[in-house]
Amino acid sequence: MRHQLSLKIGPASFRIGSAWREPIELLTKLYADYPQTSDEVSDFTVRLEPTSLLRRWVRPSIFITGDHGLADAAPMSLSHGLLAAEMGMNLQMALGWRRHLLLHASSVEKDGRALVMTGESGSGKSTLAAQLGERGWRLMGDEFALLDLVTGAVFPFPRLVSLKNGAIDVIAGEAPAERMGPLLAGTAKGDIRHLAPRADAVTRMEEGVRPALLLFPRFGHAEAVRLVGQGEVFMRLTQASTNYVALGEAGFGALTRFVQDVPARAIDFPSGEAAIALVERLWEELG
Amino acid sequence: MSGVALVRALREPGTVAKLDAAGWTALIAAARAERLIGTLAFRIDEAMTPAAVRPILADARVDADREARQALWEADRAAEALGAPVLLLKGTAYVAAGLAAGEGRFIGDLDILVPRQMMNQVENILNAAGWEWVKQDAYDDAYYRQWMHELPPMIHRERDRMIDVHHTILPLTARQRPDAEAMLMDAVSITERLSVLSPEDMVCHSVAHLLADGDLAGGLRNLWDIHCLLDRVDAARLAERAKRHGIGKHVAQAQRLAAALYGGQGAPLTLWDRVIVWRLLARDGWGRETRKLLRFGFYLRSHWLRMPPLMLARHLFTKWRKGHRPI
Repeated sequence: MRHQLSLKIGPASFRIGSAWREPIELLTKLYADYPQTSDEVSDFTVRLEPTSLLRRWVRPSIFITGDHGLADAAPMSLSHGLLAAEMGMNLQMALGWRRHLLLHASSVEKDGRALVMTGESGSGKSTLAAQLGERGWRLMGDEFALLDLVTGAVFPFPRLVSLKNGAIDVIAGEAPAERMGPLLAGTAKGDIRHLAPRADAVTRMEEGVRPALLLFPRFGHAEAVRLVGQGEVFMRLTQASTNYVALGEAGFGALTRFVQDVPARAIDFPSGEAAIALVERLWEELG
Repeated sequence: MSGVALVRALREPGTVAKLDAAGWTALIAAARAERLIGTLAFRIDEAMTPAAVRPILADARVDADREARQALWEADRAAEALGAPVLLLKGTAYVAAGLAAGEGRFIGDLDILVPRQMMNQVENILNAAGWEWVKQDAYDDAYYRQWMHELPPMIHRERDRMIDVHHTILPLTARQRPDAEAMLMDAVSITERLSVLSPEDMVCHSVAHLLADGDLAGGLRNLWDIHCLLDRVDAARLAERAKRHGIGKHVAQAQRLAAALYGGQGAPLTLWDRVIVWRLLARDGWGRETRKLLRFGFYLRSHWLRMPPLMLARHLFTKWRKGHRPI
């Protein structure tokens, strides 16, 4: 394709092709510290194509596809090209990755152990991970936690953090401007701004760690902590995994072990500050 | 062009040793797009691949194994529901019979063949056992029932897997009239509950699907099936059988095409053969479809094959009014 970039995020390498220059330029800037892999075999190909011949030039409109794609994927405006590329990479992972059990979760690391947070879009898991990543934790990823099928360790997939709406200002106040992407206003999920993780997240992106705590965060409620039983955790994680069924017995084994080994709590919080205090407290209590 | 690279890798797997990183990435993208990555993964000797390629091929084999397992389970569920042996078609049949064509093959739906007079009964039984109709559109539904060689596709409500119940191998509007009764009669049992077409009929079915119906989308995989299936037929018996089904010319053409793309040595290609080869190889190293105009030509041809002109005009107009745009 006309414009392209090959890069590695965690264990997966991507070749991203685009009919337009802009998305590749933005990716190149924000992923500058990641391994560039143009001389290597890529695990996945992502394509940002015009939705029709005309839409390459007139009101440019992006169809996101690649090795794996959805026929009914919604077209996106070229001004949201960076988001389209990110979604394209996520799509390949969600539909095609088989080397780990994929959990739709954010994760951070401290003291050689991982905190995994899962929940619906809007639960606050992404914002919380980004904030912790700016405050002494190592950000492992805001979208997918990769569970090793043999060892049970969690591996990072530290792509750009996608900050939405209210979270944008919160993080922009903490992270330096050069790690922030442009404001993408009016996407299907509202306003979005991307954050490049800190250097340690990138240099250590191949390091897996043992999971020590699983949280189900929920933003916008009075502070509360609830124990979550193993049965409920198992069911919720099968729903949060995009490749649990595809992995068959190996996926079942990995998830069973995770559920049995990792304590789980549902936490409600009214604000980011309250959430961080709560997380630090629960982490201390683990000992 | 990566359609070419894909065909070469399948024909002579040893040649992949010469690929560089960009060549591998292009080959993998093309193989995924043509749904031949599983087949490729079983053909290629791992020792000849760079380290970065091994996990990609291993993943493809894991996926293919799971597909085969799932397909056989669906076949078993259908046999259980129907309480009678089921005649399997296409991918599930190849896997169930342990054929080379089934190795690493992508399998989408469960395709079965039943006598036409039993269609209503089979539909009712499957419906009671949890398979539900997908097409809600009244026109599509009526079209299937009146003109197609299969029931409207049904999906199992719990397992989300599709079943296609055929009563013959070409639409009723096609110019050829395959002898479905003979196919049913000569089916080969492989277990107490499952049977498959005779080797010759298997080739005829695959050829009819590729060359007498459809627009050649996914044709490289189809032709690979045919290439593998041809290995186990008797040439004279195949010619006789193809004639009986009215597709003698198509089978002869498929033999030339399979030899040219996957076999190496074969009869010389006609001009029309070459056009089809050109269409089959229309895939680039990004996994994109190329030669848009040629593709569109074959799309039109698929409709032309399927129905007489007046009916075609009416059909296309109805679909267009419903918002369907082919390109």
